[in-house]
Amino acid sequence: MAMFNLTVNGRRQTVDVDPATPLLYVLNDDLELRGPKFGCGLGQCGACTVIVKGRAVRSCMTPVNTVGGAEITTLEGLGTPEKPHPIQQAFIDEQAVQCGYCMSGVILTAKAFLDQNPRATDAQLQQALSNVLCRCGVNVRMMKAIRRYATQGVRA
Amino acid sequence: MTRLTPEAALSRREFIARSGALIVTFGAAAAAGRLGLAPGTAAAQGINGNPATQLDAWIAIGADGRVTAYTGKCELGQGLFTAQTQLVAEELGVPIDRVTLIMCDTDRTPDQGTTSGAQSHPANFNQANLALAGATAREALVQMASTRLGVPAEQLVARDGAVQVTGDATRRVSYGELVGGRTFNLPLSRQARRKHPSTWTVLGTPVQRLDIPAMVTGRYEYAQDVRVPGMRHGRVVRPPSPGATLASVDEASVRDLPGNVRVVTRKNWVGVVADKPFQAIQAAQRLKVQWNPAPALPAQASWYDYMRSRPTRETFTTNSGDVDANLKSAARIMRSTYLYPYQMHGSLGTSAAVADVRQDRATIWSSSQAVWPLRNTVATVLGMKPDQVRIQFRLGPGCYGVNQADSVSYDAAILSQADGRPVRVQLSRQDEMAWENYGLAFVIDQQVGLDAGNTIVAWDYIGWSPAKGGRPGGNNPGNVVSGNVAGYQIQGFAPRSPAPAPSGDFDNGNNVASSYVTGCVGSMCGGTGVVKSERFLSKVIESPFFTGPLRSPNRLQNTFAHESFLDEIAASVKADPVEYRLRHLRDPRLREVVTAAAKAANWDTRPSPRPGGRRNGVATGRGIACVLYEGDNGYCATVAEVTVDQDTGVVQVRRFVSALDCGPISNPDGVRNQMEGGLIQGISRTVREEVRWDATRVQSVDWRSYPPFYLHDQLPVIESVLINRADVPATGAGETTVTVAAAAIGNAIFDATGVRLRQVPFTPERIKEALGTRNSTA
Repeated sequence: MAMFNLTVNGRRQTVDVDPATPLLYVLNDDLELRGPKFGCGLGQCGACTVIVKGRAVRSCMTPVNTVGGAEITTLEGLGTPEKPHPIQQAFIDEQAVQCGYCMSGVILTAKAFLDQNPRATDAQLQQALSNVLCRCGVNVRMMKAIRRYATQGVRA
Repeated sequence: MTRLTPEAALSRREFIARSGALIVTFGAAAAAGRLGLAPGTAAAQGINGNPATQLDAWIAIGADGRVTAYTGKCELGQGLFTAQTQLVAEELGVPIDRVTLIMCDTDRTPDQGTTSGAQSHPANFNQANLALAGATAREALVQMASTRLGVPAEQLVARDGAVQVTGDATRRVSYGELVGGRTFNLPLSRQARRKHPSTWTVLGTPVQRLDIPAMVTGRYEYAQDVRVPGMRHGRVVRPPSPGATLASVDEASVRDLPGNVRVVTRKNWVGVVADKPFQAIQAAQRLKVQWNPAPALPAQASWYDYMRSRPTRETFTTNSGDVDANLKSAARIMRSTYLYPYQMHGSLGTSAAVADVRQDRATIWSSSQAVWPLRNTVATVLGMKPDQVRIQFRLGPGCYGVNQADSVSYDAAILSQADGRPVRVQLSRQDEMAWENYGLAFVIDQQVGLDAGNTIVAWDYIGWSPAKGGRPGGNNPGNVVSGNVAGYQIQGFAPRSPAPAPSGDFDNGNNVASSYVTGCVGSMCGGTGVVKSERFLSKVIESPFFTGPLRSPNRLQNTFAHESFLDEIAASVKADPVEYRLRHLRDPRLREVVTAAAKAANWDTRPSPRPGGRRNGVATGRGIACVLYEGDNGYCATVAEVTVDQDTGVVQVRRFVSALDCGPISNPDGVRNQMEGGLIQGISRTVREEVRWDATRVQSVDWRSYPPFYLHDQLPVIESVLINRADVPATGAGETTVTVAAAAIGNAIFDATGVRLRQVPFTPERIKEALGTRNSTA
């Protein structure tokens, strides 16, 4: 066990865990966050995605000792049900959800990419969503929601 | 005494789904006796799905006028939480934000059995259950107001949470004043009049889903998110292959690990508990377990031949008795065989449950679609009575049937009972995929006779499919892996051949019969088509793997075979696929969805394949398929437009146009979302998904060895045509489009290339192989 300082959604937190523990378990069980979800533990689906230093990271494969001190953003860190972030609002507007378990993978991967590539083409955007999985088949609405957000971003 | 069977606990369609395949190996009555239950009580028999007939079980109105409604049909990601909230708001005449819906809690909500099979709309949105409760409550409130206001009920209207005199909003009394905080003490009234769809203002409108804001902001509580005080974390160690048995466990192998590790075994069931999830994972990996090997699995390379070679349990859906004679006298006979693989639910998240088992009481948080059957079976696992067990449903990652939500609930229950503390278990990806109850593989032999005018005069079908276990029912947890390895039997299999003559009513719940036959049993004909000479014979074999209902169970596989075969016949007689379908369909609603989909797709009327198609490079084509889902539960036709790269064998769906008639529509955007999701799932299952195995174990254990359709994959345009009917019962919608997707895609590939694909999935390798055969025989 060892102590780690993490800044999650703007809050500085200290946890005492095995250094090899994947970040996902620290977020879910030590910090009681619901956004990132266990999907595969193999980096093949995206359900556990968080943003670390501006990049989408699969927290199920990221040992906690590699992200000490870094700024970490989970799905909760973007917005609230009452005041959703514009990309979350775009998913509400398009009703681009069925079970919703994949939301961290879809929303955070798209957001991290668009933050760095605001003028990305559809093809680039789709490429950025490589290995992000939704098993309910909401793909068409999700891409619409992401484009809606991207368009707003370019205008802003 | 009444003979009690596990089947009795199944819903009608699940019973039919397994008709004859499974027999009683477990005496529910005897088990009830052991548990000290009065035989004859529903709980003792494990019979579920008998919801309360008292209004107070469904609806309560608080002093503040807020409405709390209770339902036994659960949100599975299909939007049912919102649709049911709309229903209650509409029938009661209250704003939607004044309704709180409580779903699927065995201590609080009506026992509606299982949420499955697109049966939630038939159950709760027609003249019964939740809809009837809303209408009964509204009429009761109007009666109370009539007495209170001294005005005849006919002059009153229920609106906005109050009853008022029609045309005089100043004379009103609120629901809170009328009944707030008290019970109705009334039975559901069969005579209660529901609001006519033409007057709906909440139901029937595209209300945004109430749960999405919490989902997209990471606030929604899934089964995977449940945490309770004092909870520890469990992990299971499954056998290395189906049928392997436990030889020994070396508890010392994990003694030095941190986290207060406890090892638990029960028959062939092995698990560990630790303080933290990562500690439990490491302990499960480190634990030394010896297993006795199981017999080899049947070779996958010859799997479909193996299916034909096994003992079968046989059932006729219909048999007119004259098929052989009519085939003999037909001008021409056509035959084809269709093959469908095992596929998995492959839920995005692995199944998880939390169990808090005390001395005389247990609570399980689970995403099972069958919370009441789960209560009974958890009670069996724990040696408790069903009423000592409470199941609290929480949504899980999209399930589509029976993933391991039930199985992991037993895992958590066993560990919590042994550990004396609440335990959460979430499966590994490998354990989820290797052991879930797979959707059925199929071998289907089709044969028709045509007359001189190229009309079908006889249809002959034989379908083989494997079965093992299924949704846990009765008091028997053995139908899923954890219950089975913990010592409970799988429902048994008894061969039966020949099949007895069909009896009772024609029931096409599995879409065994094609849409083009009359579907006659005795003097009653329930089919949608015109072909009178018909024989549909199902042969169930024992499966080496657990099986269960996976979104559109049987219906999808049968419809793939029927709609592909109809297309082959149309092509062979040089008829347009839409025209040829309509020539053999008599049901007006099915005809209408076919016509509507074709029209919206701007259907190019001509026979397939497309004339002048290229032999290399990219070819394009269109195909159609239709179904009356479950024989009575939603009409759907879908046109697919595809491109086939004849150099790489890659097929891409460019466009889907889908027409649906599910009666009065509760939420048009919700229906569209379901239709779109079914079609995308349909692509994934049609072109990618197949469970693979070797001699000892399943090899499809992650998203590399079981490749799905990803967000980075090329998407089709999807257009949905909704046919809204006010004056017919509501039917299901959620399983319709996925049912026709494979056939529509396969028919479009044929149109593009002249190559007929009869085996799912349509992988590039299979397509290239078929194209190679075409080119070498041309």
